[in-house]
Amino acid sequence: MTFINIEANTDMRFSEDQQMIQEAARGFCQDKSDIETVRKLLSSETGYQNEVWQEMVELGWLGMCIDENYGGSGLGLDCLMPIAESMGRQLLATPFFCSTLAAQLIQRAGNESQKARYLPMIASGTVATLALLDNEDWGASKSQCTLNSDRQINGRKQLVEAADQAEIFLVLYQQGEQQRLVILEREQLSDSAIKTHTLIDETKRAGIVELNHINIREDQLLSDSASAALNDVKLLGALLTASESVGATAACLNLTVEYLNTRKQFGKLIGSYQSLKHPTVDMLNMMEGARSQVYHAATLLADSQGEMTRDAEIACRMSKATANDALLFAGDRAVQFHGGMGFTYECDAQLYIRRAQWSQQQYGDSAHHRKRLAPLLLA
Amino acid sequence: MQTDANSLAAFRAEVSQWLTENIPADPGFLLPQSFMEVGSEEQLEFLIAWQKKVYEAGYLGMAWPKEYGGGGMPQVYQNIVDEELMNHKAPIIFNVIGLGWAGPLILDMGTEEEKQKYIKGILTADDIWCQGFSEPDHGSDLGNAQTRAVRDGDDYIINGSKIWTTFGNYAKYMILLARTNPDAPSKYAGLSFFLSPMHADGISTSPIQKITGEYGFCQTFFDDARIPASCLMGEENQGWKVAMRTLEYERSVHGGQASTYKFLPIAMADLLNTCRTIERDGQALLEDPVVQDQLVQFLIEEKSLALMKVRGDIPELCTDYPFSLALSGKLVATELFRRARQYAVSLQGGKGGLYVGDDTAIEGGVWQRGYFNNFSATIGGGTSQVQANIIAEHALGLPK
Repeated sequence: MTFINIEANTDMRFSEDQQMIQEAARGFCQDKSDIETVRKLLSSETGYQNEVWQEMVELGWLGMCIDENYGGSGLGLDCLMPIAESMGRQLLATPFFCSTLAAQLIQRAGNESQKARYLPMIASGTVATLALLDNEDWGASKSQCTLNSDRQINGRKQLVEAADQAEIFLVLYQQGEQQRLVILEREQLSDSAIKTHTLIDETKRAGIVELNHINIREDQLLSDSASAALNDVKLLGALLTASESVGATAACLNLTVEYLNTRKQFGKLIGSYQSLKHPTVDMLNMMEGARSQVYHAATLLADSQGEMTRDAEIACRMSKATANDALLFAGDRAVQFHGGMGFTYECDAQLYIRRAQWSQQQYGDSAHHRKRLAPLLLA
Repeated sequence: MQTDANSLAAFRAEVSQWLTENIPADPGFLLPQSFMEVGSEEQLEFLIAWQKKVYEAGYLGMAWPKEYGGGGMPQVYQNIVDEELMNHKAPIIFNVIGLGWAGPLILDMGTEEEKQKYIKGILTADDIWCQGFSEPDHGSDLGNAQTRAVRDGDDYIINGSKIWTTFGNYAKYMILLARTNPDAPSKYAGLSFFLSPMHADGISTSPIQKITGEYGFCQTFFDDARIPASCLMGEENQGWKVAMRTLEYERSVHGGQASTYKFLPIAMADLLNTCRTIERDGQALLEDPVVQDQLVQFLIEEKSLALMKVRGDIPELCTDYPFSLALSGKLVATELFRRARQYAVSLQGGKGGLYVGDDTAIEGGVWQRGYFNNFSATIGGGTSQVQANIIAEHALGLPK
């Protein structure tokens, strides 16, 4: 095609490891998270079943990208994509992403004893999470959260995934011009420190963490290099969310196609009307574009052994932007194309439009990523 | 033939070097941006000479069988040549209907005699090919073609009219779809496929002026035209199958083209360059955040498109709707180009209103002309809307 910059990096592979994991993950998520189960869990406290979490631990998913020295399997980050996509497909929500990202952050910025203490815990199923945001802004470069001279942390973190379930919190705070991180344990927080948010996506859980004069041990502070590691992990978070969204988009598209193939109006299957048919093709093409971006990014991260190269950063940001747009469009059209049913809580289309609204914000919306792509691509 | 990375890199360097030395100097007249707009004798002569030169250097039909004039090499070599032609912004390889559609079709489904007769001339550009599918009343609805072919002894007598015949006035041969049985149980069952001569009594062409103001295709009239019965390809009334196969080559569903370099590249990089040169509010457009956001969006889509081709080769990543990537390429690509070119014109301020021929037009009006010409891609070979129907029905399984 004539418009393509053929010098662009288009590496993409699907390794044997990824294939095996994809097969296992698809089957597992289908078994454990049919739509009735998803609906039953919407109003539950944690949003997931503990026995399912334990099985995920036994399958080695929580330790998948943790070094073998610390109780993990030391596989490449590319192996996370088939899991994330399978979870998205079945709307299986667990603290898998935040635990995995917390482990990555400790692995990248922790010292030896921190790694030895926390990574095996996460690999064996202790829930960990990231407490990064003071407010709604994923682009914030400064935090109001501070550590005083008595080594007490103060501040308020919002939109903390699985705040209620987490035993380990990686908290971002400001020290002068530097962004730094501290590893907090649940027992250091009072019971009233955590308030649960009401989320638009009822499959997910997140909360506010109040930090009032929490005493921090020196061995809980992550190294100076934490801020570079944090940037990398945020990009990885964007990629995992993108991968999950691609799965959700596929499921949402399937739901729509099924309805278009069964619902009749004016004596015809509604799928025969081009005004519904063509936007459904747009859904498909957007999903396919996003999926290509995700597996390309995964390949680059596998090749760089997890290092966030310039190309990998571009790929992660493009993945998130395209996956956001695909799921937003798919969820929106799925509701519309279900007609009156689409406006009801009973119709499953609502699950996807709600997921779309939540996921687009996690680790940055599309405009956030395009803005950061501009200097990388247009210089 | 070696296909390891080192051999391929060496080959790429060799091709690049050859192109640097052999791309003809600016002829002093406007060259076509695509094969669909060759509108003058001087353009045609220039492009015939260029194609011959590329063929004689061994860089055309590299993967076609040796016994018919091809190079007998792995396809990857031709792909490298096509990429380098694009990188060097070389003149297009114009005999596209032969090189890209009729040629692969004949190699795929043709008889030994047909291969011997037609393939070499396609490569040397001695035989220019055209396509007689669309009719004035039946564009997208190809299966409804009404041009009649009636068997009469050793001949068929053809009556009717074809339209949008690129190279109609220059071609020696036409791939022709005509109705041999108007009473067949379905419209598709009565069609036959011919490798027809264009120089025969009763065949005439009339050039059509395009939206760009240039010429490039014709309407073709058949008025009791007599062509030998041996021109029939395959069985009588089995032409639909052959036509569909041709469209698959046309839409690049299959490889096998002698070259795919049929459009002058106008890439996103060119759009970025344009944005470097135009100033608004005291700064280059490339520095304007509003423009940047749109450019980044285009670059993301361009990347998705490039990745789509790579992922198409990984079946484990195409399990949802296995045909979608192959079927969607044309729609996604041509619509992206259209939007990007339209955007490029929109950035030009008052000069967006100028056109090719005005010497103060930005870059000679290349975006204006490119935008108009892009409709040949979103309409030709099946409109975007028909493409969407095909994808909906064949990839998603939605009802007709």
